[in-house]
Amino acid sequence: MQNSEVFLDIFQILILLITLTLLTKPMGGYMSRVYQGERTFLAPVFGLLEKLFYRISGITPDAEMNWKQYAFTMLIFNFIGLAVMFAILMLQGYLPLNPQKLPGFSWDLAFNTAVSFVTNTNWQNYSGESSASYFSQLMVLMVHQFLSAATGMAIVVSFIRGLARRTAETIGNFWVDLTRTVLYILLPISIIVALVLVSQGVIQNFSPYKNVQLLEAISYEKPKLDINGNPLKDASGKQLTEKIIVKEQTLPMGPVASQEAIKELGTNGGGFFNANSSHPYENPTPFTNFLEILLLLLIPAALTNTFGRMAGNTRQGWAIYTAMLLIFVLAVGALYLAEYSGNPLVQKLGVHGPNMEGKEVRFGLGGSVLFSASTTATSCGAVNNMHDSLTPLGGMVPMVLILLSEVVFGGVGSGLYTMLAFAIIAVFAAGLMIGRTPEYLGKKIEVMEMWMSVITILTSGVFVLIFVSIALLVPAGVSSMSNPGPHGLSEVLYAFASMSNNNGSAFAGLNGNTIFYNLTGSLAMLAGRFAPAVAVLAMAGSLVKKKYVPPSLGTLPTDQLPFIIWLVSVVLIVGALTFFPALALGPIVEQMIMQGGV
Amino acid sequence: MSKTTKKTKGIFDPKLMRAALIDSFKKLDPRALWRNPVMLSVEIGSVITTVNFFINLITGKGEPAWFTGMVSAWLWLTVLFATFAESLAEGRGKARAESMKKTRKEIMAKKLKKPELGGEYELVPSTQLRKDDIILVEANDLIAGDGEVIAGAALVNESAVTGESAPVVRESGGDRSAVTGGTQVIANSIVVRITANPGETFLDRMISLVEGAKRRKTPNEIALEVLLVALTVVFFLVVVNLSPLSIYSVKATGQGQPVTLVVLVALFVCLIPTTIAALLPAIGIAGMDRLFQKNVIALSGRAIEAAGDVNVLLLDKTGTITLGNRQAVAFIPVGGHSEKKVAEAALMASLTDETPEGRSIVVLAKQKYDLRMRELPQNAESIPFSAETRISGVNIDGHAFRKGAGDSLIKFVRNAGGTIPQELDGQVTAIASAGGTPLAVSRDAEVLGVINLKDILKGGIQERFLQLRSMGIKTIMITGDNPLTAAAIASEAQVDDFLAQAKPEDKLRLIRENQQQGYMVAMTGDGTNDAPALAQADVAVAMNTGTQPAREAANIIDLDSNPTKLLDIVEIGKQILMTRGTLTTFSISNDVAKYFAIIPAAFVSIYPQLGILNIMHLANPFSAILSAVIFNAIIIPLLIPLALKGTKYRPMPAERLLIYNLFIYGAGGLLTPFVGIKLIDVLINILM
Repeated sequence: MQNSEVFLDIFQILILLITLTLLTKPMGGYMSRVYQGERTFLAPVFGLLEKLFYRISGITPDAEMNWKQYAFTMLIFNFIGLAVMFAILMLQGYLPLNPQKLPGFSWDLAFNTAVSFVTNTNWQNYSGESSASYFSQLMVLMVHQFLSAATGMAIVVSFIRGLARRTAETIGNFWVDLTRTVLYILLPISIIVALVLVSQGVIQNFSPYKNVQLLEAISYEKPKLDINGNPLKDASGKQLTEKIIVKEQTLPMGPVASQEAIKELGTNGGGFFNANSSHPYENPTPFTNFLEILLLLLIPAALTNTFGRMAGNTRQGWAIYTAMLLIFVLAVGALYLAEYSGNPLVQKLGVHGPNMEGKEVRFGLGGSVLFSASTTATSCGAVNNMHDSLTPLGGMVPMVLILLSEVVFGGVGSGLYTMLAFAIIAVFAAGLMIGRTPEYLGKKIEVMEMWMSVITILTSGVFVLIFVSIALLVPAGVSSMSNPGPHGLSEVLYAFASMSNNNGSAFAGLNGNTIFYNLTGSLAMLAGRFAPAVAVLAMAGSLVKKKYVPPSLGTLPTDQLPFIIWLVSVVLIVGALTFFPALALGPIVEQMIMQGGV
Repeated sequence: MSKTTKKTKGIFDPKLMRAALIDSFKKLDPRALWRNPVMLSVEIGSVITTVNFFINLITGKGEPAWFTGMVSAWLWLTVLFATFAESLAEGRGKARAESMKKTRKEIMAKKLKKPELGGEYELVPSTQLRKDDIILVEANDLIAGDGEVIAGAALVNESAVTGESAPVVRESGGDRSAVTGGTQVIANSIVVRITANPGETFLDRMISLVEGAKRRKTPNEIALEVLLVALTVVFFLVVVNLSPLSIYSVKATGQGQPVTLVVLVALFVCLIPTTIAALLPAIGIAGMDRLFQKNVIALSGRAIEAAGDVNVLLLDKTGTITLGNRQAVAFIPVGGHSEKKVAEAALMASLTDETPEGRSIVVLAKQKYDLRMRELPQNAESIPFSAETRISGVNIDGHAFRKGAGDSLIKFVRNAGGTIPQELDGQVTAIASAGGTPLAVSRDAEVLGVINLKDILKGGIQERFLQLRSMGIKTIMITGDNPLTAAAIASEAQVDDFLAQAKPEDKLRLIRENQQQGYMVAMTGDGTNDAPALAQADVAVAMNTGTQPAREAANIIDLDSNPTKLLDIVEIGKQILMTRGTLTTFSISNDVAKYFAIIPAAFVSIYPQLGILNIMHLANPFSAILSAVIFNAIIIPLLIPLALKGTKYRPMPAERLLIYNLFIYGAGGLLTPFVGIKLIDVLINILM
């Protein structure tokens, strides 16, 4: 690899970080106006639609909810969404927009998929082009990429209200927060981005899949199998093969661009195609690659600014942003270094340079590394390269980013509220250390806040540990691994990390479409999403009632560098302490074996 | 206030240590330990490894018996160290409670039929006295219960409660009417109305408080425990997870052994926050005890914690900020008289004035103007201060020397046919606006000048306010003075704000206003009219000399009745919280090193490559695990002194304090165990 390429990669990373930082303020400001019910420049377009929607559905936008009503409404809404999705996926064979005549999903896969999309995880145990009809893709999968994202954002906004309001009871109206999120934030950006993507070559149609003639026929030797699927051998025990010549290829089609935009913007990650953002119809050029990365970081980053503004001190928002950025930069650096160093076993064969296995050449090392780090730092889970093919330590970076409970920007809404729960834990310890009963943004942190923060930050980790333990012990868990040894362990760890934390990306080596993984995964996704969500709302309900303690010299400054570094340390230490043994027996030992094998 | 005479024992007094040691074994009872779930889980772990040890010993299979035996022993020690820390913290309080209990023995009370001195009475035991009974207490009687003096006055020895040997006056009416059960009348007789039923008296409450019997966990303690329990649950799962991880890895590689139960328990105990959990009860108890050493009784732990949070401090001017009395600092002549002449007249006018102000005038006149004072002339006639004239003085040799407030004296001089110098008014206002109290001085019908009486600030009070300000605490001075005087004193003492011409209801309003803005307010008081404000304040310190209503409204009682104690209380409140915070941080930072000791040791048989994580180069897996367990155990007794004495509080802005403590306890907590575990490992391998 040339030095100039490394320089270009670093340049690309820097441009991304600068653009993101520059966009955070205007985007965050815009969102805070949306959530505080102020008039925005989109009001002429969507204002009428908003009012009409309230009229039709009988919602009184001014009627605020207390935390219990808010949480109940949120849960009912998501449960209904889950049920509808489950039904449509199982019945898609009888539904329109199905030119390929794809049959319904099996019950466990339908359940897993429905849970996955309702929890903003978008773990895909199905392959989009070969299992989901256009109706399912559009009406179920795309719609829920909007709704699950909006749910997360509504929760964080109501939590911010809990912090910002003084001696109040209510934390907002779920329907209004949801509607405004979709109408004023997700929809407009998605439309614009979809158009840009189409201009770059992303497809948007309802055509049947196309069979195209290959420019050059290809041939390969395929092992012959008997009726039972066992390899046939000749008398001398040699494998029998037949020569196959391929002249034609089937190209899946579909309404890709519309789903692509929200896939990133809502940190969903549910790709139209199985290959996700490495597929040229989803992510054709380095420019779209950059755009998609920026898009998936945009809202989680900007929400920090929304938080700061709504809480009345933008510095608090920047402090959280800085903490997130610090971990992100560390992660990108580590991942880049690991992949740049390459695989010594491959290098021994005379192939020098970075580890390019599983990466798209059109994105190169920088575009791939940046995508991997961003998609796992946020809970997006879209991928543009094969995470299973990263070097062991390189693969550990996305895994760790997920295992930190998705707080490095994190999912839309969920990333910020989980990070704020971390901030409350950090404030608790730091507040004590300066001799005060702890307070955050002028609100006292007491027993209720501690319980809810602890539930918020630890639930996903608890479920990862439990399910990894089970999966490693039962045959149904082990048989899905495509690689034995430490790498298989990494695959299982990554799978449950990804599902519990609602990321959705995968070390694709694991066969997840089994009843065992579909069900345990569903449970992990549901718990990882809704336990923290309800805990955060309960905490908002407790905080909103509290009076405000004005800051003084004796107050812990939570917008200064010492606290930011402390917050980063707390996040890293909690993650490291929880997963060090598992990581040691997975990626760490795998790396050592790889280096020892030279 | 005199120095307390009671004997204070050090925390590490051998006698107390012995008692604590015995008590710490009693506390191993799981029924006692369940209040501390983290340590209870260590105890369960100890039982598991002990059973394992006996199985190893009998069957000879599994790990070497010496290893499981040593691990078990050190796990038991870990629990024991924790219970020992708590017992030790309780020790001093218990000892004092014992001595107080002795004074609580049954007393025969003289129950009066009519509330008057010298009335008829019957003898009843103190246990049968009820609220509102009236009793007579005569010289050398013990007062049978808490009450209020409704007739008479007496000298009372309260050393049983306060440790103060000098007797105090208790009299009906006014702010010194409260008496405490168990104290003794030394001279005169009083009639007392009982205000507390037996078992609810001040002494009873104090005994149960210092014994720790009624000790409830404070909200902050519970919140911290939530964090500690949550971490314990997570580490339990981490350790449980270790077993399948190792079983899978053994299958995958075909070599090594799955992690054994003893190693799992050892790792579990090392990871859970045992250090802070072991010392947590001791920190709170020791904090109360430290207050107790300063002769302050906190009626709840919550009150002390609240003291750490106080951001507004209401302080009475007199006795707290200034010395009790004003002193003369200057004589200012008017009407063309000399300064010395004013001094002379002032001296004469004050010859029979025995008030501290009067004496200070005499002292100043003698010192500054070198006036020789003869004996008080025989023919001198003292004119005492009266409410009507508002002036006082002396008539000598036909001359009338007078002093008094400006307008009163003007009236007197005019009546005597004199004239008033024009500049008098200006001088009087000048003194008043500078915070002084002007007293005009006259000889016969002539005003000679003005005495400037000034409040004298207590030594070092400005520095204390400066400290408070850097801690983020706002001080408000409460005074009955007029706003001009108050402003001058406030600026001299460097308090942040003042409330002049304060009436009790003004105090209450000020507290409410501050609380509505979210501030935590502390105040001290002693009078009955302070009671509403005390009840409203978050931290309310009542003087022990104060009235019963004041003592009941307060949540902290200062037995020395020294208003500046509030500053100590704030400091101790902060220390308790800081000690909790720093030890929590230290405890959790420790885990990193323990991982590096145990993980390679546990897995090296499966993956020899993981030996690279053994960055401390510990000799072998057994000694590595044992070293971590031993370090984890002995760090507890090593930190007991810190837990009992509290983290040192340095008044500085929060941010600097945070950096300082993060550096010492965070970074220190990260590095210390690397050194400690390595040293223990070396020692083990020398010994074995």
